Amino acid sequence: MDMPTGGAGYGDLVQDDRVHTALYKDPAIFDEEMERIFKNTWVWVAHASEVPRKNTFRKSYVGKQPVIVTRDKEEKVHVLLNRCRHRAATVCEKKAGKTSVFVCPYHGWSYNLDGKLRSVPHQAVYGEGFDKDEFPLVSLRTEEYNGMIFATFRDDIEPLEEFLGAARKWIDLFMKQGAGYPVKTLGEHQFRFPGNWKIQLENTTDAYHFPIVHKTFLDSLDAETENVFDVLGQGGWVEDLGNGHSLMVMIPDLVDLEENLDAPIPERFAELAEELRAEGHSDHEVRRIVRAVGGGGFNLNLFPNVACSMAFFRVLRPVSVDETEIRHIAIGMDGGPEAGNRMRMRLHEHFQGPMGFGSPDDAEGWERVQRGSSAGDDLWILVNRGKEPLVGHAAGSNVTDVSAETGMRAAYQQWKRMMSA
Amino acid sequence: MSTSEMTREDVAAITLDEATTFIWREAEILDRQDYKAWLPLFTPDGLYVIPIERDTGDRAGELNIAYDDAEMRAMRVKRLKSGFSISSAPSARTVRTTSRFVIEQGKDNSAIVRCAQMLVEYKFERTRVVGADVTYRLVRGPEGLRMARKEVLLLNSDDPLWGVGYLF
Repeated sequence: MDMPTGGAGYGDLVQDDRVHTALYKDPAIFDEEMERIFKNTWVWVAHASEVPRKNTFRKSYVGKQPVIVTRDKEEKVHVLLNRCRHRAATVCEKKAGKTSVFVCPYHGWSYNLDGKLRSVPHQAVYGEGFDKDEFPLVSLRTEEYNGMIFATFRDDIEPLEEFLGAARKWIDLFMKQGAGYPVKTLGEHQFRFPGNWKIQLENTTDAYHFPIVHKTFLDSLDAETENVFDVLGQGGWVEDLGNGHSLMVMIPDLVDLEENLDAPIPERFAELAEELRAEGHSDHEVRRIVRAVGGGGFNLNLFPNVACSMAFFRVLRPVSVDETEIRHIAIGMDGGPEAGNRMRMRLHEHFQGPMGFGSPDDAEGWERVQRGSSAGDDLWILVNRGKEPLVGHAAGSNVTDVSAETGMRAAYQQWKRMMSA
Repeated sequence: MSTSEMTREDVAAITLDEATTFIWREAEILDRQDYKAWLPLFTPDGLYVIPIERDTGDRAGELNIAYDDAEMRAMRVKRLKSGFSISSAPSARTVRTTSRFVIEQGKDNSAIVRCAQMLVEYKFERTRVVGADVTYRLVRGPEGLRMARKEVLLLNSDDPLWGVGYLF
């Protein structure tokens, strides 16, 4: 097939039930995606707890562009392009930290955390017409929903809340993992895989792969927990939430972590419950914390780059057409019992990250997709599973089987809208 | 000094020679992926830790790449050898060398040994080199030296890594 060259032609590469393999392989398509998608929508950059106090910052990206997420001395959050206005050097190469000023290491221009140019060495030589107000760090439009900070290059698109739409309800449910405490990040696993970013995007609401790829994770669980992770057998579902976002409920019992608090405490949390009781937490608190520590029962995929996945944030960053960086950010209770957060970190280490029992197998699967996509000249990626809505399902009339590829179709339809706009 | 020359009843220093012999043997076991032979090299309460953070903080209270007690190590070995993990069937091949040993005697028949490790990984036409500082706490038991703790601080521990289907 001849590769379309114009923007309108990209739409032909996405059909209702399949997408063309060129979407994984063509560098020209990747470059267009960085322009048409990542510079034209809300992109997740950080969680509010990563810039917890005034004068804190963390590095991030919007598409391929390096940014710094800051909280200024008035506690306002900014997303600034990480580039000195003088000669383009990055002004910050530290991952995260605390500072009241960014000083460009090349010629010493210095900036406040709100981006304002503070001072320029030997300014007089620029002449009297030099106005520092003309050269702040470039600031992106920034909005926050329930602790999730997003930025966009576009001043004229819809507000963040509107873009999130039906996903907001699920973000709110996800944040119940704080068990009444604010949610905070506890650290992160980072890894790269040699494959296109959309291969990972597809994965977060793909339950079909779970029992196959993650067999060794399931084998490492006790029988009770293994039953909980029988993700295809519990009446879960997948739902298109609009704007490319999708939801996969794998464990319906764990959708709302404030419900069913009277249920017996699972064996694997018995020791934690004991420890919390010994610390003086009431029975109700213990049950609420223990239930939250285990994580939620669903994955929420937010187009184009972040997911709220069971017990962590999953962030993707496109590096090149065939390279993608992934962050799995562990979350816990800010100010909550340390024993609970420790347990969450151990659970995170068990599945996530470069040496988890799950992530390496996911990454290998994604790499195999990229390698295999070199075979054949005009073949399509199938996303045709489970197109028919489930009849009479408690979650509504628009939901599909838990193993359906509805989430992928939702993302690719959004891709098509943005790439052919 | 040999054991028979000991004059004090409880302290038998772990020599550098003993330590390097042990660590080289472990390295060879890991490169052969003979993990069943690796598990008994730990004490029952031993820890195998691969941190993310560069400082020497409280590893239990922070997120790590791996933080394995005996149960997790056993499950990890089972996973890696099961044949059902696509990231380790086949696994990357590895060759590692350890050197630049520094030994500090502890009390109670133990020693801290710090060393450098260079590991070369090969899989699917791709070769990677991973450097690490490794810290062992070795203890002498009735059956010889055992690891009470092995902490592998990768040179790039806080950078993006990749799916690792073997042990450091």
